[in-house]
Amino acid sequence: MKRDIILAGVGGQGILSIATAIGMAALDSGLNLKQAEVHGMSQRGGDVSSNLRIADYEIASDLIPCGQADLIISVEPMESLRYLPMLSEDGWLITNTQPFININNYPPMESVMAEIELLKKHIALDAETIAKDLGAARSANMVILGAATPFLAISPDKMRSAIRNIFKRKGDDIVKLNLDAFEAGYRFATDRQN
Amino acid sequence: MTKLMLLGDEAIAQAAIDAGISGIYAYPGTPSTEITEFIMNSKEAKEGMIHAKWSVNEKTAMESALGMSYAGKRAMVCMKHVGLNVAADAFVNSAITGANGGIIVVSADDPSMHSSQNEQDSRFYGKFALIPILEPSNQQEAYDMVLYGFELSEKLKTPVLLRVTTRLAHSRAGVLRMPGRDQNTLKLPDNLKQFILLPAIARKQYKTLVAKQEDYTAMSESGGFNRLIEGTDKTMGIITTGIAYNYLMENFPDRKVSFPILKIGQYPLPRKLVEKLYSECSSLLVLEEGYPLVEEMLRGYLNHGKAIHGRLDGTVPFDGELNPNIVAVALGLKDTRGRDVPSVVVGRPPSLCKGCPHISSYNALNEALETWSKGRVFSDIGCYTLGALPPFNAINSCVDMGASITMAKGAADAGLNPSVAVIGDSTFTHSGMTGLIDCVNDNSAVTVMILDNSTTAMTGGQDSAGYGKIEEICKGVGVDPDHIVVLNPLPKYHAENIAAIKRELGYQGVSVIIPRRECIQTASRKLKAAKKEAVE
Repeated sequence: MKRDIILAGVGGQGILSIATAIGMAALDSGLNLKQAEVHGMSQRGGDVSSNLRIADYEIASDLIPCGQADLIISVEPMESLRYLPMLSEDGWLITNTQPFININNYPPMESVMAEIELLKKHIALDAETIAKDLGAARSANMVILGAATPFLAISPDKMRSAIRNIFKRKGDDIVKLNLDAFEAGYRFATDRQN
Repeated sequence: MTKLMLLGDEAIAQAAIDAGISGIYAYPGTPSTEITEFIMNSKEAKEGMIHAKWSVNEKTAMESALGMSYAGKRAMVCMKHVGLNVAADAFVNSAITGANGGIIVVSADDPSMHSSQNEQDSRFYGKFALIPILEPSNQQEAYDMVLYGFELSEKLKTPVLLRVTTRLAHSRAGVLRMPGRDQNTLKLPDNLKQFILLPAIARKQYKTLVAKQEDYTAMSESGGFNRLIEGTDKTMGIITTGIAYNYLMENFPDRKVSFPILKIGQYPLPRKLVEKLYSECSSLLVLEEGYPLVEEMLRGYLNHGKAIHGRLDGTVPFDGELNPNIVAVALGLKDTRGRDVPSVVVGRPPSLCKGCPHISSYNALNEALETWSKGRVFSDIGCYTLGALPPFNAINSCVDMGASITMAKGAADAGLNPSVAVIGDSTFTHSGMTGLIDCVNDNSAVTVMILDNSTTAMTGGQDSAGYGKIEEICKGVGVDPDHIVVLNPLPKYHAENIAAIKRELGYQGVSVIIPRRECIQTASRKLKAAKKEAVE
């Protein structure tokens, strides 16, 4: 079993919080893990991506081979498309639909969505609105994590306990908001699949 | 024992603590910064009173580490690849003095230039200085090599270079820790002249260094970080260095390769192992992350021997970072690629943060320079290098740390007037202030803008060596106090900032303008921490 995941977004959107949760749950499930992060110049509002690899055997490369990723998880719609050359033919694309517009030539949303819709295997959801409706405006990334979880070959319970672990320092209320956000994303994706 | 999930940088740092270092010296630079930060934040390091503060630049870091080694204790010094250029004088000569307490120099290279201005390969420096080099292929090896490297350094009385690249430095994987070791006690060198490189002594020491090369090679043969893995298909032998090994293995899902492989992790090259592989195989493929160092050595100038493939004959591209696909192509295997990037996707370059003080500084400078022709602004290395991009298009150079001031001086000497330098506060103390003395001594007509955001922002907000004393430094080196002007780079002061800059542009001598406002990132972090403290 292996899951090669490209995490995508814009510098400052906190894609590493998703990586941390998946990483924790993967280790808790006895899996091996490698995670190539992005630090430095590109963090300043530019496009960022991270390679996250989990497997039940020893992983060789820190980088995912091009065209062999099982999953793209993106917190920004246009950024989700930037890594399509990395995605395998039957890979899934999970993306937020809320654009992050910090450039003045951002393409029209319809054309971005049209490209996403071209992929048979995709889950697109408005994580910000879902999170806000739950009163968890800052937990949009956990909504995305929830939506990606059905495809990760890690039990959702392991993911829930990872979320508890990550946020427990911030108190029970924050843990609950993040778990709610996770559940909403998880439900969205499982409904879509069925 | 459970494995820790560590970045390559963190594995190096944890190993340094476990190896009993007494000090770490460094100037921040991607991808090396996290090594020092990890030690600064480590409880164990604090308890062990390990010295962990940023140095003003890589040269002072290297020299301080050498001083600690002189005193018999273990020291680590860290930098990015181009930082080794700055430290090179001390680094190359440290090979001739040799070490007393163990010393490891970590240089983090950046092939593909993710955050750098070149992709130079630090192994050449190690080879040039004639010292042993260690090059890990994964995070565990990075950890193990630090422990081994300190033993090697003390056994052979030499500094050791640990070379990593971005991909290893910034990738996380499981690492198993070893039991720690106490720090050394203070113990000066047996020979108190060992570190005096007067020609008469240096000649002797250099002969010793040359003679020690055989020992270094012998350690490479037996050290355990160079491994010949037998294979049945002798039509080709493969040499990998550092993380190139991982990309090779990635192409064989069952991890079984029919070709013999020589996995290199320690230099000088293990001659016997290389000879064995060469004699057994009818051709060689060299896979190395970085410049073709090993490949060049094997080919020699004329390459009269067997076919050797790699970066030099185009089997692997000459530049850029390796990846599994490049290695697949070099092996003649199938390349894979998903769909093309749709044309709606546009570039999203990094940019200055909303509310960044540099925005106001560049807006004011651009307007102040409006009446002159373009191309007068020499800049430097930091967040403010982003002033090169739209909407600012405000700068015309970025070469090396400190070059803004001296290039502005050279251009002023040539007759460019006004000639402007733009440099950050941390870069100024790193290598800019020496150039400012050149300007003062020559009374060059330069306008130096020191963008003081009170931190080393680009690498994540480390302490800046000149904090609170930039004006004093400028006065101290002889800048006329009437031409040291402090501005507040906020939009509401835009008009008066333009006027002040214009005034200094007209001055036919050295002026220093200091737009001062804290980095928006560090300021908001401090605010958050203060709020948290108030709540608790």
